[in-house]
Amino acid sequence: MSLSNLIKNWSSLRVKRPYEGQYKDKDYKWAMVIDLDACTGCNACTTACYAENNLPVVGKEAFSKGQAMHWIRIERYWGEGDALPKFPERGAQFLPMLCQQCESAPCEVVCPVGATHHTPDGLNSQVYNRCIGSRYCSANCPYKVRYFNWWQYPERAWPNPLEQQLNPDVTVRSKGVMEKCTFCVQRLVEAKNRARTEGRKVEDGEVTTACAQACPTSAITFGNLADSKSQVAKMWERQQIDLAKDKQEKSDENMRGYRIFEDLRTYPSIVYMERIRDLQA
Amino acid sequence: MIQSTDEKDIEIERRFVPKAKDINDEIAWAQINKDVLRSMERPRLMYWVIFLASLALFGFGVYCEIYQYQNGLGVADLENPQVWGLYIATFIFWIGMSHSGTLLSAILHIMHADWRKPIYRFAEAMTTFSLMTAGLFVLVHLGRVWEFYYVVAYPNERWAWPNFNSPLVWDATAIGTYLTSSIVFLYFGMIPDLAICRDNAKGVRKKFYWLLSLGWQGTDRQWANFRVAYLTVACFLIPLAVSVHSIVATDFAVSQQPGWHITSFPPYFVAGALYSGCAAIITLFIVLRYVFRFEEYMTMPILDKTCRLTFAIAMVWTYLNLVEYASVWYGDDPVAKQTLLFRATGDYAAYWWAMNFLGSVVPFALAFKSLRNNIPVMLVVSLLLNLGMWLERFMIVTPTFAHGFYPWTWTDHWMPSWVQWGIVAGSFGWFSMLFMLFCKIFPTVSMYEVKEMVYHRFVARKARA
Repeated sequence: MSLSNLIKNWSSLRVKRPYEGQYKDKDYKWAMVIDLDACTGCNACTTACYAENNLPVVGKEAFSKGQAMHWIRIERYWGEGDALPKFPERGAQFLPMLCQQCESAPCEVVCPVGATHHTPDGLNSQVYNRCIGSRYCSANCPYKVRYFNWWQYPERAWPNPLEQQLNPDVTVRSKGVMEKCTFCVQRLVEAKNRARTEGRKVEDGEVTTACAQACPTSAITFGNLADSKSQVAKMWERQQIDLAKDKQEKSDENMRGYRIFEDLRTYPSIVYMERIRDLQA
Repeated sequence: MIQSTDEKDIEIERRFVPKAKDINDEIAWAQINKDVLRSMERPRLMYWVIFLASLALFGFGVYCEIYQYQNGLGVADLENPQVWGLYIATFIFWIGMSHSGTLLSAILHIMHADWRKPIYRFAEAMTTFSLMTAGLFVLVHLGRVWEFYYVVAYPNERWAWPNFNSPLVWDATAIGTYLTSSIVFLYFGMIPDLAICRDNAKGVRKKFYWLLSLGWQGTDRQWANFRVAYLTVACFLIPLAVSVHSIVATDFAVSQQPGWHITSFPPYFVAGALYSGCAAIITLFIVLRYVFRFEEYMTMPILDKTCRLTFAIAMVWTYLNLVEYASVWYGDDPVAKQTLLFRATGDYAAYWWAMNFLGSVVPFALAFKSLRNNIPVMLVVSLLLNLGMWLERFMIVTPTFAHGFYPWTWTDHWMPSWVQWGIVAGSFGWFSMLFMLFCKIFPTVSMYEVKEMVYHRFVARKARA
């Protein structure tokens, strides 16, 4: 029985992802759009993520060593070269970076124990109980959005009575396992269960991630790409971005939507909208 | 002019038989037994110095590992994106070290290179122990080492299998197979010698060797079976040796990171493995020759041949190294090219240039006969070559993390903490400790094969006379 299970898994592993119309008849494919023009770099999304997903605050020393556990991080860039004005004239621009939930994820193929794998609704999931901490997934991730539990954080980050603030819906991770953005999978599962009980599909806007919920400028839009009426699907459509393509054919050069490292053929589920700049002003 | 048969023979010998004989063929068989068995009795003082020093190093390594086990990998100063650090670099180093044993004992055995006979036994032991050390690094490196068996493909009640797409699973399988086979090969080759030990030992040691020698009597039938079995295992081992380091190379080549995603990595790794292994054989050759007074068996002509072999392999490695740089430089991947430039000019430039100097320039010392025959020089050179090969592995792992695809995660001046250095040092202690114990318990020079070397010459001389 174990062997038949292996053969079954093996054939499902060998399915080439993504393919044209993969989610056409499916109920869910979670995706996101981040409008960099609206992002002010306020870090509200990061804070919300820390609260929602039980992320440990690692402290100054570990942070400066690069051991921070921010599933979503605000990256700050200054202008470079002559074309763009430099600090302090024009200020910084920001890019919120989180797990791109790649359809063809580099981390999934290399995990020796299959602790990270693809779910039917298009998430790149991480199974903490299965993870042995080889960190190969992080080594192969081009975005470097996977975070490893270098320390036994439950003992350090939430001294009594702070453990009372933990979100009961989310596992507290022990030392030695890898973790990363889950698109707030606990919310998605809850919404799906509720919808199934009521005999319907999850409606657009019914569920959203903590970062999208907290964003004061609504720069982050989250939704179901398989539902063509959802806001996310409409935005992807408007930006002429096809999930299954590694090179988008756009009718208009000035279209703002893009996906990061598309040429690596990771097929990310997050579309970024370029910032609009007035270089003369 | 008509030459007599004798003169003709001498003429032929002058032309075709090398002047420097590998070992003195005047040695009697009984003397060989005596010399080798003596090495298991009373070594020089230096033996105990090396043994205790490695024991101390190993002890410190164990302390570091316990400290890391209890506190988490954070104590190693690993971070995002420097997730692997010295552990994987040193892992590749030890895997590489294990290759020359097989080269000497299996490949040269099939090619009938007689000069390998006095030195292949310790090279084979080196293979086994460095593989064990490499295996330890896999465990040290894991975040949850207590769950390491998830990687092994075994039928289990949870119906969960490892991910066969992952090079780490190939690694675990390949290393496990290679380790098992090389232990079997080492043991097979030792059986006739263990019987000699049994015949000369007393008390508990006699019982021990009696068990291990499996009732070897030296009958014709036993020798015939032994030859076939030994050759079979040798043939089985050769493809394994090539595959195991190719698979370690796929850990990097299969990933898509700049500086790793290179097609020539498997042969490059195998060449680097043979290179560092041969350099390690020179080091251990010199140590054993001194510590166990093996001057009669580990002779200068054999050292000379080992050095020439090392030089040839060094040149192959240099070529493949240049191929790697050229294929990145002329390739159409700007990110990989930038990572290469970062290696040559960035934070780790000093290590990179040191690695190229030690790996490609220092081996030219092996090209000069006067240097090849100078034991202190060779000891230093072989250690330098291995330092260069360790730096090579460090230069494969670290700069790619420091300067990968994503500019926001570029790090500068990342250096490992004392815990990592301690565990790396401890691994050297563990290896030397095991190796020294082996030399004390088992015959380090293959007695029966050295006798063959002497015997053939003896017969040839007798036939001429």
